[in-house]
Amino acid sequence: MAETTRREIMLGEGAGTGASQDIKLGMGPAHPAMHGIIRIVADLDGETIRKADVEIGYLHRAFEKDCEVGGWNNAIPYTDRLNYVSPLINNFAYASAVEKLLGIDVTERCKYIRTIMSEISRVCDHLTCVGASSMELGAFTVFLYMIKAREFLWELVEDVTGARLTISYGRVGGVKADLPEGFEAKVRKAFKETREVLAEVHRLLTGNRIFMDRMVGVGALSREETIAYGITGPLLRAVGVAYDVRTAAPHWAYDRVEFEVVTQKDGDNYARYLVRMAEMEQSMRIAEEALARMPVGPINVDFEGRPIDPAAYVDQGKQGKTEGLLLLPIRLSPNLEGQNKREYDQVNTGDKRVVLPPKETTYGSIEGLMNHFMLIMEGYGIRPPAGEAYFAAEGANGELGFYVVSDGGDRPYRVRCRPPCLPPMAALHRMIEGEMVADLIPTFGSVNMIGGELDR
Amino acid sequence: MDGGAILETLRARFGAALTDTHAQHGDHTAVVDRGAIVDVLKFCRDDAHLGFDMLSDLTAVDYLKYPGREDGPRFEVVYHLYSVPHNHRVRLKVRVDEDDPVVPTAVPVWPIANWLEREVWDMFGIRFDGHPDPRRLLMYEEFVGHALRKDYPINRRQPLIGPRT
Repeated sequence: MAETTRREIMLGEGAGTGASQDIKLGMGPAHPAMHGIIRIVADLDGETIRKADVEIGYLHRAFEKDCEVGGWNNAIPYTDRLNYVSPLINNFAYASAVEKLLGIDVTERCKYIRTIMSEISRVCDHLTCVGASSMELGAFTVFLYMIKAREFLWELVEDVTGARLTISYGRVGGVKADLPEGFEAKVRKAFKETREVLAEVHRLLTGNRIFMDRMVGVGALSREETIAYGITGPLLRAVGVAYDVRTAAPHWAYDRVEFEVVTQKDGDNYARYLVRMAEMEQSMRIAEEALARMPVGPINVDFEGRPIDPAAYVDQGKQGKTEGLLLLPIRLSPNLEGQNKREYDQVNTGDKRVVLPPKETTYGSIEGLMNHFMLIMEGYGIRPPAGEAYFAAEGANGELGFYVVSDGGDRPYRVRCRPPCLPPMAALHRMIEGEMVADLIPTFGSVNMIGGELDR
Repeated sequence: MDGGAILETLRARFGAALTDTHAQHGDHTAVVDRGAIVDVLKFCRDDAHLGFDMLSDLTAVDYLKYPGREDGPRFEVVYHLYSVPHNHRVRLKVRVDEDDPVVPTAVPVWPIANWLEREVWDMFGIRFDGHPDPRRLLMYEEFVGHALRKDYPINRRQPLIGPRT
């Protein structure tokens, strides 16, 4: 006798023989669980998905084409919009790819800043993913708690970059500005709040009967198939493969901090949830350790120990009253790009072909002014030698790669982003086929589809 | 295995099918003949010493306006392979002409090639021979042209198409 099929368990033996139970269901792109940008056309047998066709592209905005139009640094704001929950990692990964092409190294302090800000972004991303996917399962409280924690972290991001989402903080050869004063204390406070939220969410979800019923054993993918589909990040670690770009090819300051690569065995939605929850703790650990080890910058004070108004300073320079200006170490807001020369030099590489001179030098000396124009004027700017380079960073969803090709000109010849959430979306049909329509929701939540990077 | 040894292994196995190699910026790269690419990919995946079990990325570059390459093969299809057990990478490239932009598909080797090849077809108009589902990936079927080709103007607008009935 044939094995009892899932359909027969659901509908009773012999129920719905013939084609009457088969329907085609189109979900999305306007379906709220599809985040407005995915369409799944599923062939249903009763409530079981027999075959699914995933359609993407609803958020395509020609990222790669747009990058070819402006200068190398002009692509930075576009990269903000790739993974819009952790835009800092995109900024830094793109900048590092171009730096690889140029063959330059960034300063030590900049590497630490990139590491710290990436880890804060990763926590934001995981908070959003876990929060949103548990909200879709009805755990609205968790969503509110996690968004609250994310808010604390976004305040940190706002302190550093001046924006919450469209941060454009990375630069080829460095970052926009140094970390603000008192940043470490703020990080400690925000992490304390985040840890409390995580402990609370652990008590609410981990081991919760309703949550586990929806997550355990659902949306599972085997280890072989996960690798064959090129899936990286938390989904790969959830099947027991300890691949993490941060340890496999340590970039920035990851080789100088200690952390564990979290893995689980089962590869189902619950394992992915556990990996993400544990990774947040590891990310905070990395950020704290990096903050403690970060090379300290020189203390910038005025001759009389007063900060100087940046506008007045720049005005003086514009009027040519430059005498003595270059000697004054000044102390200005870190959010004003390059106003503070010492700190600026510390987070940016000294390569004049790449990094704009600090405003102090631009307004204070003819060499600085010329250097500034050589980087800004049409037809000039950063000119990496002709060639190609691929740089991979560990994004929140996995390996975030940038493949850049230069023809020796001032514009990228080609910028290719390897989006970490495209492989899991390509494999989504393998995860949902044979399962119930309702199982689609937690599975879709656990792959953490981010439309910005998926559709580019 | 370091990058040089990977290229050496490939050269020893495939000889003349590897037309060019370089190691710019530490990324070891081999240019492979179109006819041999599937064999090379299979060998990369199955050879115990290479063990490239992951196709990280598959994309293309249009060299139409690249200085010094205006006459040469117009497109390059670029494969980035990664090996999880050995933690090494290699980049393979296939050059194809504008008149005959066809490359054999890698879907039987790695299932992820399905979507990546669909994207390359969508954006560059390079066809993948034997692809099981040769639709566009990001754009809609009614879209005319291939947007990432260098001769597709960035400001060209096309009418929006409503939902299919």
